[in-house]
Amino acid sequence: MSAVCNQKREDVKKLASAVSMIAASALVLSACGSGGDSSSDYLACMVSDSGGWDDQSFNQSGKEGLENAVKNLGIEEKDAESQGDADFKPNVDNMVQAGCNLTFGVGFLLEDTIQEAAEANPDLNFALIDSTFSDADGKPVTLDNAKAVVFNTAEAAYLAGYVAAATSESGKVGTFGGIQIPSVTIFMDGFADGVDKFNEDNKEDVKLLGWNKEKQDGSFSGDFENQGQGQELTKQLISQGADVIMPVAGPVGLGAAAAAKDAGDVNLVWVDSDGYESTEYGDIILTSVVKQISQAVEDTIKEGTEDNFSNEPYVGTLENEGVGLAPYHDFEDEVPEDVKKKVEELKKQIVDGSLTVESESTPK
Amino acid sequence: MTTDISPAAPSPAPPPSVEAEDGKQQSLLQEILSGSWLVSLLAVVVALLLGGVLIAVSNAEVVAAAENFFAAPGEFFSTLFQTVGNAYSALFRGAVFDWEARTTERAIRPLTESMVSGTPLILTGLGIALAFRCGLFNIGGQGQVILGATIAGFLGYAISLPPIVHMLIAVIGGIVGGAIWAGIAGVLKARTGANEVIVTIMLNSIAGYALGYLLKQNWFTHTNSANPQSRVIDDSSQMFLLLPPPFRLHFGFIIAILATIFVWWLLERSTIGFEFKAVGANPHAARTAGISVSKVTVTVMIVAGALAGLGGAAQVLGTEFKLTGGISGSIGFDAITVALLGRSKPLGTLLAGLLFGAFKAGGYLMQSQTGTPIDIVLVVQSVIVLLIAAPPLVRSIFRLPTPVLKRKED
Repeated sequence: MSAVCNQKREDVKKLASAVSMIAASALVLSACGSGGDSSSDYLACMVSDSGGWDDQSFNQSGKEGLENAVKNLGIEEKDAESQGDADFKPNVDNMVQAGCNLTFGVGFLLEDTIQEAAEANPDLNFALIDSTFSDADGKPVTLDNAKAVVFNTAEAAYLAGYVAAATSESGKVGTFGGIQIPSVTIFMDGFADGVDKFNEDNKEDVKLLGWNKEKQDGSFSGDFENQGQGQELTKQLISQGADVIMPVAGPVGLGAAAAAKDAGDVNLVWVDSDGYESTEYGDIILTSVVKQISQAVEDTIKEGTEDNFSNEPYVGTLENEGVGLAPYHDFEDEVPEDVKKKVEELKKQIVDGSLTVESESTPK
Repeated sequence: MTTDISPAAPSPAPPPSVEAEDGKQQSLLQEILSGSWLVSLLAVVVALLLGGVLIAVSNAEVVAAAENFFAAPGEFFSTLFQTVGNAYSALFRGAVFDWEARTTERAIRPLTESMVSGTPLILTGLGIALAFRCGLFNIGGQGQVILGATIAGFLGYAISLPPIVHMLIAVIGGIVGGAIWAGIAGVLKARTGANEVIVTIMLNSIAGYALGYLLKQNWFTHTNSANPQSRVIDDSSQMFLLLPPPFRLHFGFIIAILATIFVWWLLERSTIGFEFKAVGANPHAARTAGISVSKVTVTVMIVAGALAGLGGAAQVLGTEFKLTGGISGSIGFDAITVALLGRSKPLGTLLAGLLFGAFKAGGYLMQSQTGTPIDIVLVVQSVIVLLIAAPPLVRSIFRLPTPVLKRKED
């Protein structure tokens, strides 16, 4: 037995020396973490869906917002990753028990759980990212102490659709989603309308593959994990002639990027974050439809710390810059000047309300 | 090959040997020390120790203290033990008894939460254990859980019946769903010799995608919500609570205990169970003895699937109350581990299911309170499996004697 213990201690020592390099960076990090030291005892908490914090999509962006709030507002945080749907209730319950002033649920799957918790705990605040609250029949409901944080990404995707159609040489653009849920199809609806707008303005006939807005039907990879599936779907779109593709599937988009890179002359429209910065495929990313989840989370926490929490849903739009079109980066010279001007013009029209981008999935 | 994996091929009575004559006392000691129960227990201990190392490595404070190890070794060890201790005490508080809770109810709730998390694992684990005993490697727990949950959930909101009756009908629906799904694999195995491992894995995928499709159909979900999820089941079909809220412990736990007794009776007291075990021990001999191997194969898969379907029903009618794409979580796969840890015995599966339920319930608190990554729990569970699959490893770590029977076989 003692031999075992000694062996263990040896192991610990070896590990200790091996990780000392990491330790240095960890020290720096923790120093940063405690930088915003303040007297605030506000506790903001977040529960992920089964995608986890490193999903390169909304869970990750939400967590970033929480971390930024810790840094900039000096609040305390707790977070919990869910590995399956059965984890939501216990995780949210633990946050409530820990006395979190504000608890975020990430994704529509947490809707019911957050709603229940909000009803049972009127003295605590809650927020739901990427989904609104609704009753059993899908009718919207409002709760006094819960806020929906949603994004009208159709507006920005509309601009992206216009640029994609304008830069397509084959006359075909494509898109596919992860799972057919409103927060995904809203991108595809906006993209479809942007392509139509380009056709209408220029008497062209650029076709969109992978999504039919009228029938609300198209290509989906089935989850937000399987990159191979994304690669397959993208290959199919490419073989049908598409040369600008927008994958709306979180990390599955990386599979699409690999397929596009292999094909050579195919470009991508990235979603959620600026793909030029967040991925290694910057040279084939025409532009990105950006969704400022992290900023929205930080703003919501700020409202809470200032005692200004409201149940008014946060809807990210072009107007409040909650959504937007990323810079063209490497494609700055390839996108024609008149197209850039037209996109600016459309953006202004959307912001001032003279042009409305419609989608069944628009947050109400 | 499958019979090798099945650790619980019925053990023949120890043949008279020289060692046995050394006196009963010594052979009893031998049996305890070399017994599989001790190996299971030690596997858990070793896994927790390894988990402790990982908790320490993933913690910034411990790593920082490790850097100054030579300057202040004492501080390193105190930080180390404090961190690991905090994590494991949170695990315990989340799984058994929370002495820091604000109310008495909350203090004892964790134990019931472990039972809640354990319920579907026990039921599905029993299904897998039963198949193991018959020499069948049922990897299809996941698919059977999904089918069971899908049918039970659908019956839960699509029809209206008086309370209790409604719940029982939905439960029976779940049993039938799981039985059919596993029965397909059983029939294919019996008729064509198709490998049940491959067939059940494929059926898992089919079940998952079928549920994904159904959740997009309004006739199935009974809701206008655009998200892929069903309507919440009627109150009349919910498994009633055994304790008032905030407790979540429901009738499904009673079903799990009854199912454990049923499987025990089936295997140890019934004729058909004897046939199951005979086929598991040696299909050729069983055939020679007049047992229809193909009939046993189909029957055992149907019963195994029914148990797993029951697990799915308990999940949707007892805790989740609606169908989502992720309704089955990883129950079907965790249940394989549970069955292995339980040595494919009914009581063992019950206890292993409770242990894994406790890990799950405790993991929630450990993660939210101490910031320990939830993956640690997964690692601990995986190491347990690894060690159980290699009993000699555990024996050599703890210098345990090799079992008497095994030595003879060698």
